Formats: sequence, structure tokens, C-alpha cells
Amino acid sequence: MSVADTHRAIDAVWRIESARLIAGLARIVRDVGVAEELAQDALVVALERWPESGVPDNPGAWLMAAAKNRAIDHFRRSKLLERKHEELGRELKSQQDVAMANFDTANLDNDIEDDLLRLVFVSCHPVLSTEGRVSLTLRLLGGLTTQEIARAFLVPEPTVAQRIVRAKRTLTEARVPFEVPRGPDLAARLSSVLEVIYLIFNEGYSATAGEDWMRPALCEDALRLGRILAGLVPNVPEVHGLVALMEIQASRAHARVGPKGEPILLLDQDRTRWDHVLIRRGLAALQRAEELGGGLGPYALQAAIAACHARAHTAEETDWERIAALYDALAQLMPSPIVELNRAVAVAMAFGPSAGLEIIDAIASEPSLKAYHLLPSVRGDFLFKLGRFAEALAEFQRAASLTHNTREREFLLGRAQACSAEPSPPAPH
Amino acid sequence: MKFLSMYKSVEKGRPPSEEEMCDMGKLVEEGMKAGYLLAVEGCMPTAMGARVRRSNGNINVTDGPFSESKEVVGGLAIIQANSKEEAIAHVKHFLNHVGDGECELRQLYESPQAQSAANS
Repeated sequence: MSVADTHRAIDAVWRIESARLIAGLARIVRDVGVAEELAQDALVVALERWPESGVPDNPGAWLMAAAKNRAIDHFRRSKLLERKHEELGRELKSQQDVAMANFDTANLDNDIEDDLLRLVFVSCHPVLSTEGRVSLTLRLLGGLTTQEIARAFLVPEPTVAQRIVRAKRTLTEARVPFEVPRGPDLAARLSSVLEVIYLIFNEGYSATAGEDWMRPALCEDALRLGRILAGLVPNVPEVHGLVALMEIQASRAHARVGPKGEPILLLDQDRTRWDHVLIRRGLAALQRAEELGGGLGPYALQAAIAACHARAHTAEETDWERIAALYDALAQLMPSPIVELNRAVAVAMAFGPSAGLEIIDAIASEPSLKAYHLLPSVRGDFLFKLGRFAEALAEFQRAASLTHNTREREFLLGRAQACSAEPSPPAPH
Repeated sequence: MKFLSMYKSVEKGRPPSEEEMCDMGKLVEEGMKAGYLLAVEGCMPTAMGARVRRSNGNINVTDGPFSESKEVVGGLAIIQANSKEEAIAHVKHFLNHVGDGECELRQLYESPQAQSAANS
């Protein structure tokens, strides 16, 4: 194996092992920043030794042992931490054989899972800025390098490095404990974790074809983090709900873009290009959320809506009534003009354009939707279907004027033109 | 990126022991919980299978068992990984647990954009 090959293999090991390594070290040294430094030190040693000795059979155990050795050196040099040194020495002694040879994963699995969960909560702590949480999570839990994170988010590498440094400093200064939140705190803290993961997913999902591959790869990183979280916290429905939503959205990734890079709407997508392994996983995750009971939260509801599309073999087979009912439920939990707009579309598909128009008219003067081209676009569509062509034309023109996307504008102007071709009954007053 | 790993080994001629089943179960659970194992399937004995071959326009069906073959497909896994090296690392871990045999590891086609990205 060439040195370059070994380096690539080591990069792969890092992605796979670093989160558990950092988590385990953080439990011992009680500081996520120090834990990461020690882990990086171990990586340096690996980069020196493994090209010659080869990648060990149990690279995680090797790295942990190397990191613990460095930790002892680190604490030896630190005057304040005599007690830690003893603690660490004891820890290392008792685990020496275990770590070096027959790494007993059975016993330590639970500890590692607890540590990973602690790391998840700390990385997503609300005291950190959103960018801080995202960068730290991708770094510590995703195993991404600073450069990879920078490329994925289209920011300079030093910016990401700064965000990570600042985040670690904030955690230390705020004395954020390395633990899993309890009681009433847990729900809110978990919410923050889900938010970070979905943010990463959406960043990847919004990336357009032809951009740096690191960007859409964020969807895979988010999915991996979500699945890990679902394994660590299997009894919370919304976690499975988020995973379900991401699996199903990701299943459409390759059908969303046409040959010229143009976006293709869901109802127009070639469903044979949908990834059915991911759909199956998404439906299974949704089922887990439903079986846990307690009703569906916002992520699970959105997943259930996505599942309706996923189950339909063709657009015509879509269960719009069920989608409309789900949007009803979502509107109760997460009322917003955007949800209402989507609800109107579903209701119109299920019960006819008049029903949809009623809902749209109720949000017509929402300030947040004033510049949103989809509102007049959808309203225009309903009016067109009702034969109110003069009004529909006005709406499509308005929508065209609001969108910045050339293709979109052309499409909307096309629809406006189709209106003027139709004979128009006098508009009702 | 997604990879298919097809595990091939010499057929044991007996069903897996309870211990083997338990080990495999743990391995699968570990892979699922780590977020990289997307799907996994195990094969029934070759005695229950068949080989269907077309050559020169003719199709021939041969029922199992395939006693003349040394190694046969035992199962498959679909793995999510950021690189071939990462997929290899997962496969190595699997083989270290299940014993001798070979995994044929193939990257899966996803889309023209994904292909050109993979080639870049």
C-alpha cells in the first residue's frame, strides 16, 4: 500500500472512529476541546506508524490507547490536575490489556453509547451559536475535517476553524458539563439537537447539481447522525420522525434534478429514480415513531406527508385526502402561513380548487408571504381550474414578477399566456 | 456514496448456530446504529436456489446445491460511506467477525452527477 493509500485509509478510520474516541476521552478529561486535541494527537501517531505497520485490526482501540498515553503526558505537565492523573492512571491500568488486545466491546458498548450521547448534547448546546453548533457537531460527531466543513458550507476554512475554537471556548467558559440533560431540560435540548441535524440536512438538500460534492454529501452526514441518535435515544418518537423525513427526502435526491441541472417538481419526478432502500428505511422509521405512541410531532408529521408521496407508485395514486389531514394536524402544531399554503394545495387536490381557494384567501394578506411567488402561483392555479381566467392571469403575472428564477418566471408567464387563450366568463363581484 | 458488499464463502452445509446468529445480529445492529449499514440480507442454502444462465441466446436453469463451486454468495449488505476506503474498513470489520470468505465490494450507481463527482 502506498503512503497515499494508507492516508486515505486513515482518513476513513477517522470518520468511523473519531466520534467514539472523542466521546470516551471527554468522559475522562471532562472537556470536549481537550478530548479532541488528545484524539488528534493519537491521529498524528497513527499517521506516523500505520504506513509501516499497516492499519491495525481494531483501529478504534489502538487510537484510544494512544490517546490515553498522551492524556497522561498532558496531565503530568499540568500542575492543577494531580487528581486527574491518578484517575487516568488507574483507568489506563485497568483497561490496558482490554484496550491493546481483546477489546471487549460488549461491556464497554453501553459506556461508549452514553459518552456519545453526552457528546451529542454538548455539541448542540444552546449556549453556542447555530454555526458553532453545526461546525462542532460535524467536526466532533461527523468526523469531518475543517476543510470539508468549509467546502460544504461555502465559507473560508479559517472561518470554520474560528467557529470551532470559539465554540469550544464558550463551552469551557460556560462550564458546560459533559452530561446528558435530565428532566424538563431534556426535551428542549433534544429539540436543539434535532434542529442542528436537520439544518445540516437542508444545507445539503438545497445544494444544486454541479456544486462541490461535499455539499450534497451533507445529506448523508446528517442521515448518519440522525441514525446514530435514533440508536442512542430509541424511545423518542420525534427522533425517528426526523430520520424518517430525511430518509424519504433523500430518496428523491437523484430524481430532483434534470439532465440540464434544472429542478424537477416532486409530482413530475421519475419515480423509478427514487431510492427504494431509503424509502423502505424511512417508512420503517416512521412506523417506529407511530408505534411509540403519544401522537406525531412536527418531524413525524412531515415524514408522514413525505411517506404518502413515497408510497404512491405514480403521482395520480397519491392519497391527497390523507396528506390534507396530515397538514391539518401539522397546522395545529406548527401554525404558519407556509404550512397553510401547503395545506391549501393538498386540500385542493383532495376536495377541489374551491376548497383550496378558501384556505389561500385566508392567508392572502399575510405579510410574511407578500414577496413569496408561490402564493399567487398557487392561487392562480386554483382560479384557472375554476375557469376564472382573467383573475388567474393576474395572479400568474404577479407570481412571475416575484420570482428571481428565470426558468420559474418563464413557466409562470407561460401559464399566464394560457389564461388569455381561454374564453373568459365575466368575473364575479 | 453507496456500496454493495456481496459476501462469498464456502457453504457450511448446516444452518448457523445460535451463537453465530447472535453474533451476526449484534454486528448488524451495530452497523445500523452507527448509521452506515443501510440494508442487509442473508441467503438460504444453495440447495434452495438455482443458477439461470443465458448464453448464445439459450437459457439454462441449474438447480442447487452448487457443490462444484468453492465459494457461494452468503449474503449482501448495502453500505453508506464517504469513500471506498471507508466501505473497505466496514467490510474488514465484518470479515473479522464472520471468518474466512470474500466480500466483493462495488460502488452503486446513483446519478450522472454523482458519477462525475465520484470520478473527480
